[in-house]
Amino acid sequence: MADIAFLLLIFFLVTTTIASDKGLFILLPPKNDQQMDVKIKERNIFKVFINSNNQLLVEEQLMSINQLKEAAKKFISNNGRDPKSSESPQAAVISLKTDRGTNYQVYIAVMDELKKAYNELRAAYMGITLAEYLQIENDPKRQTSKFEEAKKAIPYQLSEAEPTNVGGN
Amino acid sequence: MSKFSKKEKETPKISTSSLPDIIFMLLFFFMVTTVLRETELKVQNRLPKATQLQKLEKKSLVSYIYIGKPRDTEKYGTEPRIQVNDVLVTPKDIPNFVYAEKDKLDEVERDKITMSLKVDVDAKMGIVIDVKQQLREAEARKVNYSCVQALDKDE
Repeated sequence: MADIAFLLLIFFLVTTTIASDKGLFILLPPKNDQQMDVKIKERNIFKVFINSNNQLLVEEQLMSINQLKEAAKKFISNNGRDPKSSESPQAAVISLKTDRGTNYQVYIAVMDELKKAYNELRAAYMGITLAEYLQIENDPKRQTSKFEEAKKAIPYQLSEAEPTNVGGN
Repeated sequence: MSKFSKKEKETPKISTSSLPDIIFMLLFFFMVTTVLRETELKVQNRLPKATQLQKLEKKSLVSYIYIGKPRDTEKYGTEPRIQVNDVLVTPKDIPNFVYAEKDKLDEVERDKITMSLKVDVDAKMGIVIDVKQQLREAEARKVNYSCVQALDKDE
């Protein structure tokens, strides 16, 4: 009995680690006073807007959150086929706009879906499953040249526009 | 069999039957007292769930900002507030906090500072946007929205 208890005790002592922090990364744009004119073709921008009622407007169409991933994937991997959609994954930019009254939870859900669209495309590019891709992304030791190549072929380009102010603070 | 045969003085063995109890007590003590957080939270903090998460790599480069409804609503009201270290602040104080955090780091690592935003699920984007704007001002551009791993419904 004592042995088992000792075993448990040692097990807990050894395995108690502080839960590692995880999250969604973004890189904020640099502080810039003068507006730079960046010319991006209209067709290469995938517009996502979340209003203060947490409704989603994607490319001027009302959409539910579980349709977003497929729409984004279709847009990114268009490769010039549809004249209204992106020219290539490298040119495609997702523009995300929120309102001050948008729920944070909805915003995170949308960010997650968009990230997932990119991750699934990259995983398909590398010929692995999404779960395998996520493991590689979180383990710098396993990041091969193929991973870098996939990142370069399908870059994650998300632009966050200045928010509207309908929902108030 | 004489009456006066030598009495064998055997020392009685220590009973070990209570040992498991002691060990279990220790075990429970360790399980209960393992504290994971250094700062005391003054705001509610339930993190949103997401699936496509990335790990935070270098813990020393990470600073935390908490946003949520204050726990002590009588004192601070019900509107979501920002907490850094142990105090509630306004968005204007964020750059000073970032500079203080950057000062703690080596000069070469200062640009790599990551701000981890621990935002409550009930918060609105308004306050998050204010914080992001201030982080841009303070040149702390790497931001991580802290989330909890959700079970993926597709798999």
